[in-house]
Amino acid sequence: MRIVVLTKPVPDPASGGERLLPDGRLDRANSPAVVNGNDEYVLEKALKLIEAAGDGEVILLTMAPDSAPETMRKALAMGATRGVLVTDPQIAGSDTVATTRVLAAALKTLEFDLVFAGVDTSDGTAGVVAPGVAALNGLPYLSYAASIDPDEGARTVRVKRITADGYDVLEAPMPALISGTQALGEPRYPSLKGIMAARSKEITTVSLADLDIDPGSVGLDGATTKVVDSRRPEARGATTVVREAPDEAARQIVALLAERRLI
Amino acid sequence: MTTASRAQGPFRLTDEQQMLRDAVRVLADDRVVPRAAEIDKTGEFPEDMRRLLADHDILALPFPTEHGGLGGELLSICLAVEQLSRACATTGLILAVQELGSLPITLAGTDQQKARWFPKLASGEQLIAFALTEPEAGSDAAAARTTAKRDGDDYVIDGSKRFISQGSVADLVVIFAVTDPEAPRHERLSAFVVEVPTEGFSVTRLEHKMGIRGSPTAELAFSKLRVPAANRLGEEGDGWSIAMRTLDRSRTGIAAQAVGIAQGALEAATAYARDRKQFGQRIGDFQQIGAMLADMDAGTEAARQLLYKACVEIDAGAPDASRWSAMCKLVAGDTAMRVTTDAVQVLGGYGYIDEFPVERMMRDAKITQLYEGTQQIQRLVIARTLLGKAD
Repeated sequence: MRIVVLTKPVPDPASGGERLLPDGRLDRANSPAVVNGNDEYVLEKALKLIEAAGDGEVILLTMAPDSAPETMRKALAMGATRGVLVTDPQIAGSDTVATTRVLAAALKTLEFDLVFAGVDTSDGTAGVVAPGVAALNGLPYLSYAASIDPDEGARTVRVKRITADGYDVLEAPMPALISGTQALGEPRYPSLKGIMAARSKEITTVSLADLDIDPGSVGLDGATTKVVDSRRPEARGATTVVREAPDEAARQIVALLAERRLI
Repeated sequence: MTTASRAQGPFRLTDEQQMLRDAVRVLADDRVVPRAAEIDKTGEFPEDMRRLLADHDILALPFPTEHGGLGGELLSICLAVEQLSRACATTGLILAVQELGSLPITLAGTDQQKARWFPKLASGEQLIAFALTEPEAGSDAAAARTTAKRDGDDYVIDGSKRFISQGSVADLVVIFAVTDPEAPRHERLSAFVVEVPTEGFSVTRLEHKMGIRGSPTAELAFSKLRVPAANRLGEEGDGWSIAMRTLDRSRTGIAAQAVGIAQGALEAATAYARDRKQFGQRIGDFQQIGAMLADMDAGTEAARQLLYKACVEIDAGAPDASRWSAMCKLVAGDTAMRVTTDAVQVLGGYGYIDEFPVERMMRDAKITQLYEGTQQIQRLVIARTLLGKAD
C-alpha cells in the first residue's frame, strides 16, 4: 500500500517565536521549524498501517522553502520511506489557493492508494488545503478522522469522522484523501535505528517549472488573500480559568456566579 | 575505517546527529538520571541500564550494519556517550567500553571474526572488555608480562591483568599477551579474543574506587588458558599496534564521558545558583558565582568542540589522528575535573553531601584523567607529534 502524507514545516509552537514580517508574511527565521503537529499524528497512522500490512511505502509531500529537508528528516527518521519537496523561491508568500494548486499538481506525479493530511496547521490554521487538493484531483475526501481502516482487497477505506456529538462512519473507494486528528494516536519518537536509517533516505526536489505552474499564479503577487493588519489581542482584566473535571468545575462556576450575585 | 563527514566548512552537527543526541538525551533524562545516585551508592553493575541501552539500539552504534549494528560514525558514538554520561558516568561507560573492546576486532579482525562476534555485541546480548593493563605495565603497556605460547592449534595464556573495566561482566575479553619475548619492544605482543567463562580464566579482585563505582574494575588471572589460534586478531606481533590504533579512536569516548560529566555538573550548579538565595538575592547574580559558572560553561564548550572536531578528523583518516585523540582526551579530562570541583564549590556545603549529585560527579571526573592513558601520556603523544620522533 502506498500512502502519501502531506507535511508542512511550521515554526515550533513551543518556542513562542511566531511573528510576521512587515509584508504580512510569516517570519520563518525567528524560530526553529518542526513538523506540523497534526501531520505527525497522520504520519504515525500511515506508518502503523504499512507496518501491519508488512510492506508498503509512506511518501512525504511538502511545499516549503529549501531548508525543509531539516524538518523532513525527523519524519523520515520516524519511518517514512522517502520525501518529495516542492520548493521554488517564487512560491514565497503563497496563499492557501496557490498552496492547494501546487500540492495538487505534485500529487498528480505520484502513485498512491491513500493521501493523509493533518486537519490544519499550527501556523496558518486554515484547514482548507487538504479538501482543496482532494477537490482538484477528484479524490473522495474524508475529514476529521479518529480512525482509518483501509481494506486493500475491497479497495475501500473506512473512517470514523468526529462530529459534535460522537462520530459518523464514512466509507470511500481508494484512492482517497483523509484529513486526520490527534485521536489517531500519539506519534512515535524516532528510534536510533530510524535516525541512522534516515541518512540514506531520498528527498526529491521539484520546482514550479517541473510542475508546469505559472509563477505568476503563486507567491505574494498571485495571492487572492492579503494580510492587511495583525495585532496582539489586548490583555483583558483578571480572568479565572476553570480547568477541573466536570463535577468540580460545575461546583467552582456556581460558586463564582453566586459570589457575583448572578444566581 | 574512514567515514567522510558531510559537515563542511564551519562545523555543525547534521540533522541526524542532532536527532540522535536529542533522542539519547531524552532517554537519559527519563530513565538514567533517576538511577544514577543509587548505582553509585550500591556500586553494583547496572544490568537494567545495560538492557536499556541494548533495547534502544544504543549499543549497536559502533557496529557495521551488515552485522546488526547501526554503523554509527565516531561522532555519533561520542554524542551518545556524552548524553548518557551527563546523567551517569557509569552508564556512559557501558557504551564507551563496548566501543573500546570491539575496536581491536574492527581494526584487525577478519570478516569471519567480525561475523562471529559483532552480532551479539551489537544487540547488547554480550559485552566485551579490553585487557591490556597489568600490575607492572600501566603507562608502560609494552612491558606486559602475560604470555601466550603456541601449542598446536591453540595458544596457552598465563599471566594477569589489572584495572580492566567491566572485566567481570564481559562475555568476550580482548587479551594482549607476549607471543615473542625476544622480539623488539613493540612487536612482542599479540591480541586474542577470549570467550568467557572458560577454563583457566578467573576474576581475582574487584576494586573499590573513588568514582564510576557502578562499573566493575577487575583483576583477571589466566592459568593455562587455552584459546584457539582462530581467535587471534591479526598476525603474531601485531598486538601493540592494534592497542595503539584502538586508543587513537577510543580516547574520544573517554573525552565524551568527561564532557558529559562536566555538562551534568554545570547544569546542577546553574540550577542551584538560580534557586539558592542569600543576602536577599539568588547567588547566581553575585559576580563570583556568575564568573565561575561562565568559566565552567566556556570550558565545557571548548572541550566539546575539540572532541567533535577530533571525531571528524579521525574518521576522515587524518594522518595525525593520535594527536587529535590525545588532545581531546587531555582537554576534556582536565576540564571535567575543574568544572566538577567548581560545581561543588558553587553548592557550598550542600555540594559536599550526597543529597546533591555534584560530589559524585567530581569523584567520577577524576578517572578521565587516568584511564586510556594518563594525562601525562597524552602530553607525551602530543609533544612527540610536535617535535618529531627522537632519532
